[in-house]
Amino acid sequence: MTSFRKKVKVKASHLDSFGYWVKTGAPWVWINAAAVSASVMLVVGLLLLIAVRGMGHFWPSEVVELTYIEDNGQPHVISGKVRDSEEVEAQRLTESGLDVPDNVETFERILFKTANRDVTGQDFRWILSYRIQEQSTPPEMVVLERTEWGDFIGRVEAVEESGKTITTDDAWALFLERLDRADELREEIKELERGEIGAINYQLERLRLDRRELELDGVMDPTAYAGIERQEEELHARYRELEARLGDLYREIRRDAVRMRTSDGEEVQLQLANIVDGWRPNSMNLAQQLGHYVYKAWMFVSDDPREANTEGGIFPAIYGTILMVLLMSVVVAPFGVVAGVYLREYAKQGLLTRTIRIAVNNLAGVPSIVYGVFGLGFFVYTLGGSIDQLFFEAALPSPTFGTGGLFWASLTLALLTLPVVIVSTEEGLSRIPRSIREGSLALGATKWETLWRTIIPMASPGIMTGLILAVARAAGEVAPLMLVGVVKLAPSLPLDGNYPFLHPERKFMHLGFHIYDVGFQSPNVEAARPLVYATALLLVVVIVLLNMLAIHIRNGLREKYKGLES
Amino acid sequence: MNAVFGKEAVAKSRRSASFHRWRSRKDHAVRWLIAVGGVGVIIAVVLIFFYLLWVVFPLFLPAGASLGESRSMPGWERSDPVYFSLEEQLEVGLRVTEAGEATFFHIPDGRELVSQRLPLAPGASISAVAKGVQLDGKTAVATNDGEVFVFRHSYETRFSGGVETRKINPELDFPYGRESLLDLDFPAVTGLAFSDGNDAMVLAAVGPGGRVRVKHASKTENLMTGEVTLEEDIHETRVSFNATAVAVSGNQRWLYLSDNQGRVYSFTLPALEARDVVQASDSAITAMTMLLGGISVLAGDADGVVSQLFPVRGEDNRFHLRLIRQFDGSGSPVAHILSEQRRKGFVALDTAQHISVYHSTAGQRVLYEDLGGLQPRKIALAPRSNGLLIEGAGGRLQMMDLDNEHPEVSFSSIWSKVWYENYEEPQYVWQSSASTNEFEPKFSLTPLVFGTIKASVYAMLFAIPLALMGAAYTAYFMSPQLRKWVKPGIEIMAALPTVILGFLAGLWFAPWLEENLASVFMLFLLMPPGLFGFAWGWHKLSLGDRLRIPAGWEPIVLVPALLGLAWLSGGLAEPVQGVFFGGDLREWLSNTAGISYDQRNAMVVGAAMGFAVIPTIFSIAEDAVFGVPKALSNGSLALGATPWQTLVFVVLPTASPGIFSALMIGLGRAVGETMIVLMATGNTPVMDWNLFEGMRTLAANIAVEMPESEVNSSHYRILFLAGLVLFMFTFVVNTAAELIRQRLREKYSSL
Repeated sequence: MTSFRKKVKVKASHLDSFGYWVKTGAPWVWINAAAVSASVMLVVGLLLLIAVRGMGHFWPSEVVELTYIEDNGQPHVISGKVRDSEEVEAQRLTESGLDVPDNVETFERILFKTANRDVTGQDFRWILSYRIQEQSTPPEMVVLERTEWGDFIGRVEAVEESGKTITTDDAWALFLERLDRADELREEIKELERGEIGAINYQLERLRLDRRELELDGVMDPTAYAGIERQEEELHARYRELEARLGDLYREIRRDAVRMRTSDGEEVQLQLANIVDGWRPNSMNLAQQLGHYVYKAWMFVSDDPREANTEGGIFPAIYGTILMVLLMSVVVAPFGVVAGVYLREYAKQGLLTRTIRIAVNNLAGVPSIVYGVFGLGFFVYTLGGSIDQLFFEAALPSPTFGTGGLFWASLTLALLTLPVVIVSTEEGLSRIPRSIREGSLALGATKWETLWRTIIPMASPGIMTGLILAVARAAGEVAPLMLVGVVKLAPSLPLDGNYPFLHPERKFMHLGFHIYDVGFQSPNVEAARPLVYATALLLVVVIVLLNMLAIHIRNGLREKYKGLES
Repeated sequence: MNAVFGKEAVAKSRRSASFHRWRSRKDHAVRWLIAVGGVGVIIAVVLIFFYLLWVVFPLFLPAGASLGESRSMPGWERSDPVYFSLEEQLEVGLRVTEAGEATFFHIPDGRELVSQRLPLAPGASISAVAKGVQLDGKTAVATNDGEVFVFRHSYETRFSGGVETRKINPELDFPYGRESLLDLDFPAVTGLAFSDGNDAMVLAAVGPGGRVRVKHASKTENLMTGEVTLEEDIHETRVSFNATAVAVSGNQRWLYLSDNQGRVYSFTLPALEARDVVQASDSAITAMTMLLGGISVLAGDADGVVSQLFPVRGEDNRFHLRLIRQFDGSGSPVAHILSEQRRKGFVALDTAQHISVYHSTAGQRVLYEDLGGLQPRKIALAPRSNGLLIEGAGGRLQMMDLDNEHPEVSFSSIWSKVWYENYEEPQYVWQSSASTNEFEPKFSLTPLVFGTIKASVYAMLFAIPLALMGAAYTAYFMSPQLRKWVKPGIEIMAALPTVILGFLAGLWFAPWLEENLASVFMLFLLMPPGLFGFAWGWHKLSLGDRLRIPAGWEPIVLVPALLGLAWLSGGLAEPVQGVFFGGDLREWLSNTAGISYDQRNAMVVGAAMGFAVIPTIFSIAEDAVFGVPKALSNGSLALGATPWQTLVFVVLPTASPGIFSALMIGLGRAVGETMIVLMATGNTPVMDWNLFEGMRTLAANIAVEMPESEVNSSHYRILFLAGLVLFMFTFVVNTAAELIRQRLREKYSSL
């Protein structure tokens, strides 16, 4: 009896031993679980990183004024925004030639956005926190957003009109009032330049091409040219008129200026014409801060870029992306669906069809840059070159379609996303039970009627899924676009008010390329970085939403046909 | 009543008959339309492959030549040509006779344009001619009364309207005056060489008895007036061998002489100090010339073999002449070697009237033609190397069109090590950009393929453990509620634009990694024991506590554990670095271990691209594991196997083809990924497995260089070749994976 009990005890402890535990494989299950956790954490962490950095950009962070001991031991008043801070070892600071106290091992180093690039020559500087003597957030500190030289941080001294100082109790209120006036004028100038003058230039260019075409055709008759000349005359006259008006507007907008004083006492005169916006972050309440945030976020998506894309908005990039994706959808949807329907419903299901199906499936895995190479060689140089020879001879040697542009980019991406649409169309069709087809045919419907009235409506969520996935892929693809027509700064939008309105030969801007360009090719990467994060955030949100929509539709579809399948 | 009914029925049936006809026609029309559309789309897709092939194909086409019409030129049979040349548009040629008569002639119609006598003394004749190494139209001439002077021929092209109105005006002038530049007391000049650069001008003449006389003139340019003054030096020496040919390097630092024993001798300039003797061939050297750029000397021997030699920096840090490669011969002695003006190619004419066209970098003969019967007295190569002007016996002029677009491409120049000029040894190099014509383009795809493999290997090293273990857990252990969220959550990342991953990798992760290198390695070290310990601790908890987290929810508990481990490794990194790596791992790597560290390196790419392929691998592998019929695992469990044992010995082997195909598709994606590599490495084409150095991949290379490449140039076609290689690789890999997957599906359905 006792021996039996003992045995049980031994066995129990054996079951509890480390060795046995390892043998059951339980720890490996944990390690596998850790892989899941790590993957999910990476995904979430990445999204959070983009979200936090991207969304922080528009917040009116406070301006700090500091008395800072410079390297030469002299105190110096500086002001700016804290961008980042990090711990640095004393050794590294001494290596870079800085004098630091001996007994401390690490220092806090702050990346400080001082702005005022025109005055100090730089936007950012690193400061060591132990050297800060006094620190305050004066409510009268102003941040000005300018069309050039980046932001300005300082105090408003006075507002000037035609060089004379206006005496007032509240210079800030006066400044805001005058800024509104300048804003209106700027808007008017922009409208005039982009709108009417742009249209005239466009028409003049078309007339030049008309004339060249006549010359190429060998037309000698001067009456043929008279019409063109008359039109040109009219346009020139209209242009002179507009130019005079523009001159007036420019004089008007240059009337006002503001005298600013930086924290170290330097006085700077700034033209109101060059100031986009001004705010006093330290005296804003929460509601004002929120309002400012929303306003800035709106400006970001609706404004044109400035200063080599490192400031301002990303409107043309959004516009270009959407337009390209739309054009692409127009091409890819019918062809993809037709090919899918053919493969599933009409083609004889044999070895050949199976081979084609595998080949189409695998095209989805071919690197996107290969499509770019094909697009450049075939669409741009071969097709585009021939189109230019045939229809746009007048514009040669400057290419019209013989260079990358919106149309070729859309076609290239249509080819790239074609497999996605074909595969999901097929998948959608294959989910529909045989009984439905047979029922329709038994009632006397032709094959086409069965397809059009029953099968395709039922498969439409699958087709939609494919299209959405195609759009999501196209919106995020950059590598092939770099070869077929994307540019860092397009002078005009590919869809505008000038006849024939859509200009598929024009180069365009793209969100993904914008990220690459501003993040890696811009002269002032540090200043542009928050903007890149914001752009990335926008792109990620759009693409994740599109994908979630596709997954949702797919799941709904599965639910719908679950009953039919059994 | 009946009648009425009948009438209506007939009408109705008639209507419906036409209606049915219309329906069936429509059905047929649509059938055709869809068939045409469907087949069209499939053809369009196939077109991609054939278009790439079509662009790449000319790279491997052999060169061709075709002879044009022959024309008898009046008076030519009575004089001997000593110099022959033609201009870029193949319109105007120049012929200089032994008596010093220089005549420009119009090639298409044979008419004489301008004729001029070179400033020879009366009765004198030309005994030797040397084209300048720079191939810029300057030519030196030695006469039989011991004078040497230099003339230059140039062509001015004028347009008065369109392209059709082109008019070419030839001109002949004397940049160094009409006086003799070098007086020779051995009128029977056997060899003459001329090199005229920005810094110096060299004229070298070889006479009988091994006499060598060299004029070296340094040039100094007056910055204000732009006037060039010459500082002249004349050196003379006597060599002990029978000099058969002479050449001067393009930088005016080397003089090369050859003898009838197959040796090439190098001398320094201007001192004329003997340096090296290289046995280039077994038979006598019969002709020598400099290749474009003036670095390589080409020596043709009596067997028709051409040897390429150039100075290479040796271990003593001095340059020594080395034999680099030899080109197939025709069997007969080489009479002339003509260098191409825009490429590193050359044409050799032998005494048996064969011409051979070679390319030095490719190391191959691209064309071999027998000019039998023409008996060429003199040949000239067009500046664009697209034509050869031949003066045959009896003063007959004939043009030979050369179709030789891509001689620099051969299997060896793309895939093997090549000994490039100015390199110390044969190497794999990709360096396509050319600032000057004289640049030797280096089109080795090997470093790019290597970079591609390196990037994908590191990416797979990062992705495979995470993705496969994650997939196994998600499919087999995870609770369905959690799986519903986790699977799409990870899958959605497959759609994340890689430009964003690349941007984060390059601008955020790379600097972060440089700062926290030790912490990251610490985390790798701590992770396995840490997780083991955590699991053991969990196992030791009381049952009640354990049951708060139901089976299949382990990942939730592990999140804080992993965060804790990360925090711990961050904290431990500092002291560990202090003890083992002198304070900083990053510094220790470059200073003590001698491993170079780029901020944007393979580790960054591996992590970022690994991140990009995790969702792909995860999704397919998870499907494969999840699809294993439950009967199998239930049977195993019922027989007493633990869940882990069931997974490893039953489920995974069954799903292994699917897992393999997941890996293949993941690999395919990593190989072709462009933006991440473009942004997260320095894009230098180095060949090194170092984890801390960058690379350049095929895809990134295309993205960088394609927009600048000239259409239909060799560079353009080689980039297409790189695209084709990528296409084929991913296509084959994906097809294999797809076939395996289909087999698996069939297997499952039979179970």
